[in-house]
Amino acid sequence: MAAIAIEADSLSKRYRIGELQAAYGTLRESMSHTAKRFTGQEHRRGYEEIWALRDVSFQLEEGKALGLIGRNGAGKSTLLKILTRITTPTAGRAEIRGRVGSLLEVGTGFHPELTGRENVFLNGAILGMKRREIQVKMPEIAEFSGVEKFLDTPVKRYSSGMHVRLAFSVAAHFEPEIMLVDEVLSVGDAEFQARCLGRMEDINTTGRTVVFVSHQVQSVAQLCDRVLLMDEGRIVRDGESAEVVAHYLQSATGTSSSQAWVAEEEPGDDLVSLHSVRAVRGDGETADYADVREPVGIEMAYSVLRDGPPILPKIKVVAGGQIAFNAMDVGPRSKEPSRPGEYVATAWIPGNFLNEGLVTVDAALCSIDSPKLHHHVSIHEAVSFHVQDPLEGDSSRGMFTGQWRGVVRPLLDWTTKEL
Amino acid sequence: MRSGRTFVIKPASRAPHLDISELWHYRELLQTLVWRDVVVRYKQTFLGVAWAILVPVFTATVYIIVFGKFANFPAGEVPYPSLVIAGVLPMQYFASSLTASSLSLAANLQLVTKVYFPRALLPLAAVVVPMIDFIVGLPVLIFLMWLYGTWPGGPELLLAPFAMALAMITALGAGFLLSALNVRYRDVRYMIPVFLQVLPLLSGVMYAVEEIPTKWQWILAFNPMTAVIANWRWAMLDASAPNPGQTAVGVAVALVVFFGGLAIFRSSEPRFADTI
Repeated sequence: MAAIAIEADSLSKRYRIGELQAAYGTLRESMSHTAKRFTGQEHRRGYEEIWALRDVSFQLEEGKALGLIGRNGAGKSTLLKILTRITTPTAGRAEIRGRVGSLLEVGTGFHPELTGRENVFLNGAILGMKRREIQVKMPEIAEFSGVEKFLDTPVKRYSSGMHVRLAFSVAAHFEPEIMLVDEVLSVGDAEFQARCLGRMEDINTTGRTVVFVSHQVQSVAQLCDRVLLMDEGRIVRDGESAEVVAHYLQSATGTSSSQAWVAEEEPGDDLVSLHSVRAVRGDGETADYADVREPVGIEMAYSVLRDGPPILPKIKVVAGGQIAFNAMDVGPRSKEPSRPGEYVATAWIPGNFLNEGLVTVDAALCSIDSPKLHHHVSIHEAVSFHVQDPLEGDSSRGMFTGQWRGVVRPLLDWTTKEL
Repeated sequence: MRSGRTFVIKPASRAPHLDISELWHYRELLQTLVWRDVVVRYKQTFLGVAWAILVPVFTATVYIIVFGKFANFPAGEVPYPSLVIAGVLPMQYFASSLTASSLSLAANLQLVTKVYFPRALLPLAAVVVPMIDFIVGLPVLIFLMWLYGTWPGGPELLLAPFAMALAMITALGAGFLLSALNVRYRDVRYMIPVFLQVLPLLSGVMYAVEEIPTKWQWILAFNPMTAVIANWRWAMLDASAPNPGQTAVGVAVALVVFFGGLAIFRSSEPRFADTI
């Protein structure tokens, strides 16, 4: 087993709401409160307390990348601020073994009057780089940023894009043993973000320990081996990144990978009654998440209660907020009148077809009432699953690790001929 | 790949501690912060570093005319212009240091909330930077020494660095205290200029302290800047030696301010990022 790089033991952090408000108070206010307290005109101010972090414990092995996800105010940033020693915990302790570098924002300390080059030295020193180290890396930093020509221009004359590029470029060449990173990818344009993600991947493959906070769960899922899901200051889930991310996205949308009903609550009408809907992998196991290269089945179990028209199971697949497609069983069974009995229908969505991200599926059982489609049962967001690309180079994004847009992502046959 | 450094993160203790080894570890950052402030100081100014000479010369000229010519302040044994310049230079250093160090945490808010480093570096850098201006301004004093032929008398010259170190320690101690206060109460920003307007009058910038009634000399001795200026004049202008007892009082006050300020700074340091 690898050595432990970060060990957190029951870290807790309490903020007083009153304390936060007093931050910009004046001396006079504070003195008058004290005076009133003495003369009994005012009771001791009852502070409202919030626990931004409660009993957070985890261990991170050397060389692993850990992601922190959760809603706003879940405690991710507070945890990172404690690990970076910007603030101290109220209780608990943590040990960090190795040279720590933190990146809570890019370009910390950039001074508008200084030139690009001067700011690289300043920012580098603030991050904890040695002057020698910065000198050696200067050409590389300049090249990565793409603002080489303006290196001797004061940063105040830079466009905001140039500013961010230079700032990120310093950060990207910062190589501590343990890297603590907050939401830094939210800056810059899509192309630059893609490059940054690529750079982060590099960091990860060089065996560095990384703790990464982001709202972009997609990038967390890509970069991290393991993810902690936080809510109200606690760790509510800790596990393999694909699984935790899927769980988080599902709970955010209130969906899950399977849904079943008890007999008396089964949705349906006089013809059909739906028992359950599941998202399954090839082996028939319920799947919270699926490999982008593998097929996913949407399985509906239902009973037909009487003889009737042909029953057509139908799904509507929604990804990234858009309808990806509708699909309906048009096989031989769809032409035969239905007979009473128990059925299980599974629609197989092929591998290398859906794009990464959370996919929700509406499930329905229909019949054709020409020209209309009659829905006997229709369940909005019946199931969901998370599509994950393990980035092994054989999906349609190849070796590219940046953002890959689109609702679907088929692996096409390409023919290229030399003329 | 492991460097073997282990950090232990635990709840802040209220007990002050001066972690010298940690400050030493961050010495390059201190240098960089000083360098930044020096470089930025005169960027986009037309006269640039000449301001370091113009400001004390202008102040001294006003003092010489108002206090020397109109009010006939007592100069003691040295020419009045030399006396004033020898007072203005350390006072200017002290005023800049105190202001910059007191506001240093709030001015570097972005750093305090986004990166860890010993926060003491900020007030520390702030008292080093004005030393550059002080050194640039020194030729004005040397010019007056040449003009009046008052050269340093001998071994007292060795006291010159001591006098400046005393000014630095006092400014730093007060800077520690006020910068920590300024994190919570932005009133500090308004208090300092008022204080600095009165201070030259209470430090003997425009008169020789040994010329005023002895009782008052002892009262002024509680102000460390009185000892700084008297000793600096003794060292540089061959002025009469200040009363060692009064100097001792000044040094004692400076040390109390320094260690008191440091203790308060260190014990409130863990909460800076939360309250700033």
